[in-house]
Amino acid sequence: MTAVALPTRKDEAFRYADLEALAGVWPVAREDILVPSGQSTSLSLIETDPVAAVARHLVIEVEAGASFDLRILNTGAAFGRIAVDARLGEGATFTLGAAQLGGDSQTLEIVTEVAHEAPGAVSRQVVRSVLGGQATGTYLGKVAVARGSNGTDSEQSVRAMLLSRTATANAKPELEIYADDVKCAHGCAVGELDANGLFYLQSRGLPPEEAKKLMLQAFVAEAFSGAADEEKLLALALERLGELV
Amino acid sequence: MLKITNLHATVANKPILKGLSLSINAGEIHAIMGPNGAGKSTLAYVLGGRPGYEVTEGSVTFTPNPRHPREGGDPSPAPDQTQGQELGSRLRGNDEGGVDLLALAPHLRAAAGLFLGFQYPVEIPGVSFVQFLREAANSQRKARGEGPLSGGEFLKLAREKAGLLRMDMDMLKRPVNVGFSGGEKKRAEMVQMGILDPSFAVLDETDSGLDIDALRIVGEGINAIMRRPDKGVLLITHYQRLLDYVRPDFVHVLAGGRIVKTGGPELALELEEQGYEAVAA
Repeated sequence: MTAVALPTRKDEAFRYADLEALAGVWPVAREDILVPSGQSTSLSLIETDPVAAVARHLVIEVEAGASFDLRILNTGAAFGRIAVDARLGEGATFTLGAAQLGGDSQTLEIVTEVAHEAPGAVSRQVVRSVLGGQATGTYLGKVAVARGSNGTDSEQSVRAMLLSRTATANAKPELEIYADDVKCAHGCAVGELDANGLFYLQSRGLPPEEAKKLMLQAFVAEAFSGAADEEKLLALALERLGELV
Repeated sequence: MLKITNLHATVANKPILKGLSLSINAGEIHAIMGPNGAGKSTLAYVLGGRPGYEVTEGSVTFTPNPRHPREGGDPSPAPDQTQGQELGSRLRGNDEGGVDLLALAPHLRAAAGLFLGFQYPVEIPGVSFVQFLREAANSQRKARGEGPLSGGEFLKLAREKAGLLRMDMDMLKRPVNVGFSGGEKKRAEMVQMGILDPSFAVLDETDSGLDIDALRIVGEGINAIMRRPDKGVLLITHYQRLLDYVRPDFVHVLAGGRIVKTGGPELALELEEQGYEAVAA
């Protein structure tokens, strides 16, 4: 096995990565997950430890009629990267709900490539980022629909909330479609907390940081809605939000 | 209870309030009427402490009443109240009990007993009324050095106040104001007021967007919650209709950023008949 060279900035999937930090954990071991035909499984990836760098690369095969529910909470590392490649068989379902919550000079990224390689597969991706300080949060998500994969139903909802003027959000939902009868939706928004809402909550007695936390909690909750361990994920997210506001 | 003296305020550097003075005693309900652009909503926002509304001159002194115990008594205070007590003393004010309202952050104004009813209540997706109001009520209690309401106590209180405004309790489980009609939002404001139990309420066009039945329910709600010897209300309105239900002790006409005329309830009728221009001239 030959050593894999460290990616450079020219490499699209690593365009916003902290390459110096990545070098410390390179090469990234590939983690294979197979969901056999007709089965359904779920996985929660929780990266909350304050380490210098973490990089994961999941390669998921969801066979015909199977479903896989993946939730990600990416909050801890100075550089935290989670890459997910999913290949969907006929009628398979893939769900991704991810939240990245960063402050200081954290660089957090989620990079996905979902391949609809047979007809009738469904993919749903919800990614929510909350970024304060000088943090950078990135989502690069490609949905590739192969020739003949009719009846594909894919959705990407990507939103980021900036808590400071010095934080950065990058978002690139991408579609590559080679089939005719498909439904591929993607939405993407970067914004700040609604000032009217914040004042409304404060006028009822909530201190500013509690008001922010309440609004952000609702924002992040969209990523974990329906998860098997929804409460645990939300509690961990809330803890991190408390530090960020 | 609320004493506004020579208040000047600007919004985006444009002077809106130009020397407004007004004094409201406990037990009184005052109505402020006036043409569009007179500064009515600006007054409400300045009192509430909304960012962007800058006071350039004048003062507002608020004398919060000592909290009256709730029916059934307050729950015993939580053991660790050090922080709460510090804040509590800040809300007790000077020797006469008055606090400089403008020096307090919006959430502390609320804790001191001020309630601002919004002309346009804000929708907050994903946050339920029940969660928001319980946290708000307990934040206020903490700032005053009181113990928190338990989930059960809070729900009992919420159910009672929702009933008062004929609002289905299920609506309070929904996200704050999301999908509510104009009238429902205003009724929900009054439910909030009932739950938070302020000693002084500034109600900014609470009557707008209400049909005849809702207007009566809201009017009766205001009376039930706020018409007490230890409470005060400032009603901001365009129309006389609400005043049929909530009878004011004083009516003021606001024009050009200051009070130009003050009278009794009959002044509202006079305005309705003759218009602002004739009366305020």
